[in-house]
Amino acid sequence: MIGLRTLSALPNLIGVLIITFLITRALPGDPAAFFAGAAGSQEAVEQIRAKLGLDKSLVEQFAYYVRDLARGDLGTALSTGRPVLDEILGRLPASLELTLSALMLATAIAIPLGVLAATRPGSWIDHMCRALTTAGVSLPTFFTGLLLAYIFYYRLGWAPAPIGRLDPYATPPATVTGFYLIDAALAGDLDVFIASARQLILPALTMALFVLAPLARMTRAAMLGVLSADFVRTARAYGLSRFTVLYRYAFRNALLPVVTTLGMVFSFLLGSNVLVEKVFAWPGIGSFAIESLMASDYAPIQGFVLTMGALYVLLNLAIDILYRIVDPRVEVSG
Amino acid sequence: MSGPQPPLLAVSALSVEFRTRSGKVRALDNVSLTLRKGELVALVGESGSGKSVTAFAIMRVLDPAARITSGSLHFGGMDLLAMKDAELAELRGRELSMIFQNPRAALNPIRRVGRQIEDVLLRHAAVPRQALRAQAIAALTQVRIPDPEKRYAAYPHELSGGMCQRIMIAMALACRPALLIADEPTTGLDVTTQAAILDLMRELAHARGMAMLLITHDLGLAAEYCDRVVVMHAGHVVETAPTSRLLSLPRHPYSAKLIAATPRVDRRLDDLAAIAGNLPDLRRADLPPCRFSERCDRYTPTCAAPLPSNTVAAEHAVACHHPL
Repeated sequence: MIGLRTLSALPNLIGVLIITFLITRALPGDPAAFFAGAAGSQEAVEQIRAKLGLDKSLVEQFAYYVRDLARGDLGTALSTGRPVLDEILGRLPASLELTLSALMLATAIAIPLGVLAATRPGSWIDHMCRALTTAGVSLPTFFTGLLLAYIFYYRLGWAPAPIGRLDPYATPPATVTGFYLIDAALAGDLDVFIASARQLILPALTMALFVLAPLARMTRAAMLGVLSADFVRTARAYGLSRFTVLYRYAFRNALLPVVTTLGMVFSFLLGSNVLVEKVFAWPGIGSFAIESLMASDYAPIQGFVLTMGALYVLLNLAIDILYRIVDPRVEVSG
Repeated sequence: MSGPQPPLLAVSALSVEFRTRSGKVRALDNVSLTLRKGELVALVGESGSGKSVTAFAIMRVLDPAARITSGSLHFGGMDLLAMKDAELAELRGRELSMIFQNPRAALNPIRRVGRQIEDVLLRHAAVPRQALRAQAIAALTQVRIPDPEKRYAAYPHELSGGMCQRIMIAMALACRPALLIADEPTTGLDVTTQAAILDLMRELAHARGMAMLLITHDLGLAAEYCDRVVVMHAGHVVETAPTSRLLSLPRHPYSAKLIAATPRVDRRLDDLAAIAGNLPDLRRADLPPCRFSERCDRYTPTCAAPLPSNTVAAEHAVACHHPL
């Protein structure tokens, strides 16, 4: 069953491939002209165009693109001169570390908050939940990011400067996973661990605040719905302990819509990465994509969108499988 | 039943209100009923008459919007309303059990049914963990579930409605309660399953000396399975009598109409009489003392006086100014 579901992700990936290709071709700007520079002659522009394969038809370009992709060749980033695959693989851990930390932070706050708000409707914690979720959805991430940086770095001086994953004088830990926190822990380097955690806190918090709202709200609504369900009344009528009623009977059932929301929220996070990375100078794939976009550099943008698409397809696959584990009624199918 | 015994369950003068957006619903007013040890009593009435609310009040699982405004509930001499939540949790599921309408919705959809029975056993029966599974399967066997080992691992959605009801009964009886409240236990089941389930419940009740309060809108079922019948209408208990007496000599006009509206093999369907009118809106501020008076053809101005409780014979009481 799960194998079949995994196979059914393939057509999605092919779709992502085609759309990525077409969208990047539809972008305004002529990369050949851009790289020839303002002083470049018409001949130089044509030469670059031929070198990039841009003088061929769209179909031919696509065929080359797929062939290169099959060899693991995503092209070369013109702005850095390095292969796109290396650039993306080098930067992806930074983005994933940020996104996953944000997601964990958001889940750790939102789920207990939603549960408490649902079990004590009208209490101060319920009102706090409402205030926080309203604020969370109404503030755009780049604004929250700037605000947090302004307060905690500029005014209070509690957070380090928003200049990336580590300050320039620190040495990054030896790469194992590419996640600084994990690598530093593996290397037993407490100083680097703390330093990178400090750098991580503000951007992760910025993104967490953004997705806190849908998660907490969904948890609260799902809990409220489940708490008035017949089977929870049964559990209470049979004298089961408060913990069993709340956790085994109510919460596990409320988890189903929360898992769905979690998947949605993760994709929001992937998208909002782009802006947050820019604000905090985070060397991830989002800021790389923006720089390439400014430079009309096709290959990295294509690589970026493709990576995002693939992540998204994988994510949906993971959510589906998770759903099946939580809910025995769900049959995972393509 | 021979000789007076202290009641196992005593509900006296119980009133329950629901706060809703469109006003207070006076769902139960001055409801009293008793059950002796081992007795099978039916609580009958049409939908909305307050049968389930009475059961939920006894179990103390009323909706948060509901409030018990007056009255008392005693079970085995203990005051249920004065009990702390922890004491109550100790009692429920062990001495006092309930099976619910719509068994499929009343079971946790994502937990194996065997595990749900184990949850109850673990809570109340002091069963060692390694014996839990065997006990849960024994509980399933007792309610004659075929292939109990396999059913143990099933989820509610994999079982039929009748099977889910048997699971509920197994769960309710797992700890050998003194009183079982069965709220429409056979609604939605086909007639054969219905009879099988009620026969099973009666048999287990007799074998264990367990009392049962059978909530139903079907007077025929009440007549077949219960010793006594309590008739409810719009949140009032209108008549209480031994089953055979109620069926042959109903004294409340509503009971009489209810009997006339129940199909019987020896009567023509054309003779079935529907009861005119509907239940009064229980949100009304001007509810008459007798909530049946607006549907009643024996109504006289004296009916505006507070509702009496006339004992017309041994164990036969009727709340009417003009009984038949």
